[in-house]
Amino acid sequence: MADILEISRLTKRFGGLAAVNDVSFSVPEGGIFGLIGPNGAGKTTIFNLITGVYSLTEGDVRFRGKSISGLPPFKIADMGITRTFQNIRLFKNLTVFENVLTACHLGASYSIIDSVLRLPRFRKEEKALFKKAENLLSIMGLTERRDLVANNLPYGMQRRLEIVRALALDPTLLLLDEPAAGMNPDETEQLMRLIVRIRDEFKLSVLVIEHHMDLIMGICEQIVVLNFGIKLAEGCAADISKDPKVIEAYLGATEEV
Amino acid sequence: MDWFYIQGILMLAGINLIAVLGLSLLTGFTGLFSFGHAGFMAIGAYLGAFMTVSPTTSPAGLGLPFAVGVIAGGAGAGIVSYFIGRITLNLKGDYFCIATLGFGEAIRLILNNVQLFGGSRGWPGVPYKSTLPAIIIVDILAVIFLANLVRSRHGRNMIAVREEELAAQIAGINVFKYKMIALVVSAVYAGVAGVFFGHYMTFIQPKMFSMTKSTELTIIVIFGGLGSISGSVLGALLLTALPEILRAFEIWRLVFYGAAVILIMISRPKGLMGGMELTPAGLRKARNERKARILALKESKNGQNGEAGLG
Ligand SMILES: Nc1ncnc2c1ncn2[C@@H]1O[C@H](COP(=O)(O)OP(=O)(O)OP(=O)(O)O)[C@@H](O)[C@H]1O
Ligand SMILES: [Mg+2]
Repeated sequence: MADILEISRLTKRFGGLAAVNDVSFSVPEGGIFGLIGPNGAGKTTIFNLITGVYSLTEGDVRFRGKSISGLPPFKIADMGITRTFQNIRLFKNLTVFENVLTACHLGASYSIIDSVLRLPRFRKEEKALFKKAENLLSIMGLTERRDLVANNLPYGMQRRLEIVRALALDPTLLLLDEPAAGMNPDETEQLMRLIVRIRDEFKLSVLVIEHHMDLIMGICEQIVVLNFGIKLAEGCAADISKDPKVIEAYLGATEEV
Repeated sequence: MDWFYIQGILMLAGINLIAVLGLSLLTGFTGLFSFGHAGFMAIGAYLGAFMTVSPTTSPAGLGLPFAVGVIAGGAGAGIVSYFIGRITLNLKGDYFCIATLGFGEAIRLILNNVQLFGGSRGWPGVPYKSTLPAIIIVDILAVIFLANLVRSRHGRNMIAVREEELAAQIAGINVFKYKMIALVVSAVYAGVAGVFFGHYMTFIQPKMFSMTKSTELTIIVIFGGLGSISGSVLGALLLTALPEILRAFEIWRLVFYGAAVILIMISRPKGLMGGMELTPAGLRKARNERKARILALKESKNGQNGEAGLG
């Protein structure tokens, strides 16, 4: 299998602090790849570097063989990489449906003139966008909450809506930043199944940051462990959980979850 | 109150409304606050007057038809706003607001010193061309353009920028581009309003376009409710008419005006309309949202079962 994402010698410094230091790994196409590490290890920073939110200090990020470092976030999203946020960032005052519909925009190409004059092109493409949004909601079981303002959604559903909004972009690589944060074991279990289902149904690759070890060990085919911005280990779940370096890094660090 | 007086208030309200609608797109829908839109009105007013003033009455003036003035005023303000946007829209949040304030004051100070247009003494002899029907037609066109723009993928992208800029970028929205579109459209609206204003007053002076004017426009948008076109319309009509009606109270007028605005904002913190539209579709949407909220509340009360079903 080819690698969809290659991260090579990635470094990000904030002043004197190297939040990410010389990290390399590759995400295989169609895989579910885990990124773990104690608080402040640099996991979210790596997501911000991949999606172009931060500019990298050194190294390179290649997506489908092409370098994407230096591109603005919206172009990277357009190419097929999208993400969710550790602290949920929905369009809070919009309804569930509007959140998803907004993110479907890349599927249309009508102009402002088309919109203002309500020309046939506008009507046709707009209809398709509505259909796509409805469809996504129904696949993901959110149809009943269609008209609920996102802010009023229960917490677990907000996380799910963020995933649906990401899927509206037809991504080929989905980055999930602690999708199970704040969920109970039951919800976490369901989320695990959901991630696997999405990967299969939408034919995408997933890179997931998580503190819930059950989730990571349960669904990730390959895992990278970070600590203080440095790659500590890489391997399958079984190897990682036996690695003495990993165990040491985690002593007292993740017991909280 | 005779018809002439009422008509005057309506015309002023209609002219204000043009500028307010543009600002509504920028502030209410895209989330960018401006304290310099009187500057764009000034550009419109002076450019418009430059086109229509008869060369025989003023050294500066081309004596062209009013329609040319309207187009030139709108286009001129739009073009200037593009360059302002190029410099300022990359600034983070509040800095844009401060930059617009600086721009508005700069335009006023420049005009104070352009002797060709009368400098700070003002420019008399602008032909009286603004009529109530013309203003109403422009208002209607402005509302239709805005409503159709807002209810399209372009409008949704602007709203996304207002709601959560980072998430908008990650959703593939070119945030800079949509801020720019909102800014240019709002400037064109302000420019057209400026042309009508000048051709209503028949005399223009830089101090008419001070920061107070910019602030007034922004207050109207907030008063009407961010993200509501109907709110902007109601706000412009009410808040333009109110000071005129209160004129009978003389010096207490501004106190009453301020008190009325504060009262509404306390009782309706999200403005008159609070993001809602007074249209059949808008009311339906508000009703659906309320229904969904009540349903969600009920479910969460019926035990936590309502939350199950994540898979
Ligand atoms: N914008 C920033 N400016 C300065 N320092 C930053 C910035 N973003 C992150 N950092 C620092 O970089 C380090 C890594 O942060 P990061 O958010 O990537 O950690 P994380 O692995 O996601 O941790 P957590 O599990 O708590 O989410 C931290 O020390 C953090 O303080
Ligand atoms: Mg993090």
